Amino acid sequence: MSNNKVWIVLQQRDGKVSRISWEAIAAGQKLAAALGGEAEAVLLGSGVSEMAREVAAADLAAVHVADHENLADYTPGAYVGALAGAIGAAEPAFVLFPHTYQTVDYFARLAQETGAGLLPEMTGFEEGADGILFHRPILEGKMVAKVRVKGEGTVLASVQSGSWSRDDMAQGGGAEVRALDLDASRVVPDREILGVEDVAGGELDLTKEDIIVAVGRGVGGADKMGPVEELAAALGAEIAASRPVVDNGWLARERQIGSSGQTVAPKLYLALGISGAIQHVVGMKGSSNVVAINKDPGAPIFQLARYGIVGDLHEIVPALTEAVKAAKA
Amino acid sequence: MRVAVCIKQVPDTEARLQVAADGRWIDEEEVPFVINESDEYALEEGLRIAEAGETGEVVVFSLGPQRVTEALRKALALGASRAVHLDDDAFAGGDALATARALAAAISKEAGDEGFDVVLTGSQSDDVGYGSTGSVLAGHLGLPHAWLVMGVEVEEGGKSAKVTREMEAGMNEILRLALPAVIEVQAGINKPRYASLKGIMQAKRKPLDSLGAADLGIDAGQLGAAGSRLEVVSVGFPESGEGAQILEGDPAEAARALVEKLQKEARVL
Repeated sequence: MSNNKVWIVLQQRDGKVSRISWEAIAAGQKLAAALGGEAEAVLLGSGVSEMAREVAAADLAAVHVADHENLADYTPGAYVGALAGAIGAAEPAFVLFPHTYQTVDYFARLAQETGAGLLPEMTGFEEGADGILFHRPILEGKMVAKVRVKGEGTVLASVQSGSWSRDDMAQGGGAEVRALDLDASRVVPDREILGVEDVAGGELDLTKEDIIVAVGRGVGGADKMGPVEELAAALGAEIAASRPVVDNGWLARERQIGSSGQTVAPKLYLALGISGAIQHVVGMKGSSNVVAINKDPGAPIFQLARYGIVGDLHEIVPALTEAVKAAKA
Repeated sequence: MRVAVCIKQVPDTEARLQVAADGRWIDEEEVPFVINESDEYALEEGLRIAEAGETGEVVVFSLGPQRVTEALRKALALGASRAVHLDDDAFAGGDALATARALAAAISKEAGDEGFDVVLTGSQSDDVGYGSTGSVLAGHLGLPHAWLVMGVEVEEGGKSAKVTREMEAGMNEILRLALPAVIEVQAGINKPRYASLKGIMQAKRKPLDSLGAADLGIDAGQLGAAGSRLEVVSVGFPESGEGAQILEGDPAEAARALVEKLQKEARVL
């Protein structure tokens, strides 16, 4: 029988708790309040006691620390092994994770192992007559689904970046730091880590640009880039891209904006033929002014943009270049 | 190498979408269905792995209603040897856990004496987007896995694979997995081929079998909507915030209006 506890499993790297982990704590505090339970954090790694003290300043009932040399480098085998027994013993109602590539790599496997339910990518929740309804994006962000959890037992859920703010996180009076009950024989890596490579790196740093002209799948091909380059030249802007453009080889990977590329916040971001899938939006939503040009008036990018033009970018981009040149003349 | 590939057929997200009458999903009438993007890349990767050896074969699996056979025929035309359709109303409406339970049973059943050397899936579906089905499948099969894979190199004559996994912020991790394993492929890993006319003709004669819940020996209560912990109550378009000021007119008029806004209101030009 599960209780009404909410656990938040944090992600850390190089001695720092990730930004989205703090957002997940904020989400966990809110969810615990809705359930009438308490929030507790879980930190995995090797030599993480200092980070645990930092986390303990948040309003939490406890911080559980799994400290083991096999947790120094992330592997799903060791992470699942460390968490499965503890979740089975404590039976929290929910275990929240920051929605990161690392989380998705292992938390589904953890659900299978523990028999827990699985709710990926929650962006919010509401309390209704039939209990809590969780929100999550579907159809590449074009729509939102409201989902209910049914049945008994723990549910593992990931919290999408930007859905809660670190500023919403309540500070507390110093939570107790405890060792997570570990069965060390289960904390076993199931892959050999050979190294990391920087693929976006290259020479190009888009984070310093004031104006970025970004193209999406709607641009239609590498041979259609001429007018976009002319617009960028007229604006004094650098060109960037969403993931499908890079996957299709129309632009180099170093120009990719989004969760697997660079994160930018220019004064002006022109999104040409970009629908606004969350993976792209996380890399540019800090921009001061977003302009969207898209043929689909229902594209989510229009929700985020300050200005929009609905239409064929191949007609609008040359007209925009002319208008910019005229204005600057 | 014997390769299993799981593919999903999804609504084309470029299509104009409408909420169904019951409010729980989109209206599928008139919406074109396509093979999920990352699954197309998974299939191509599977074909390349199988073709690299002398005795390779690819068996492709898909769960869904009758229309799914189109996606399976396409996979056969691209070079898969055999297709298995998980075809039963009991499979419908499953979350990642319920769907993976059915896929795992089907793959185990079709593995034969030799077993599969590698199981490939896409990383995430473009419709419900759980991104989890392949990892749960790996758990059921008791195999190691990796998600968001951007490179696969089979090593040691098929005993292991060097795998490139995407991390955030433009970093990739290189790791080694023992085979057999479940490898969840990210879009962009390769350049998927087009079906040839010869391939399309040959596909008509290739076996396409179907399996139901009874064939898998799984109780229907463990499958589909009944076997899921998640229940979709409603779907809808995101509640619009302020939204963009839409600039109207022909391209020249709209462009001029935009530049004026950027100069005078936003003051960024």
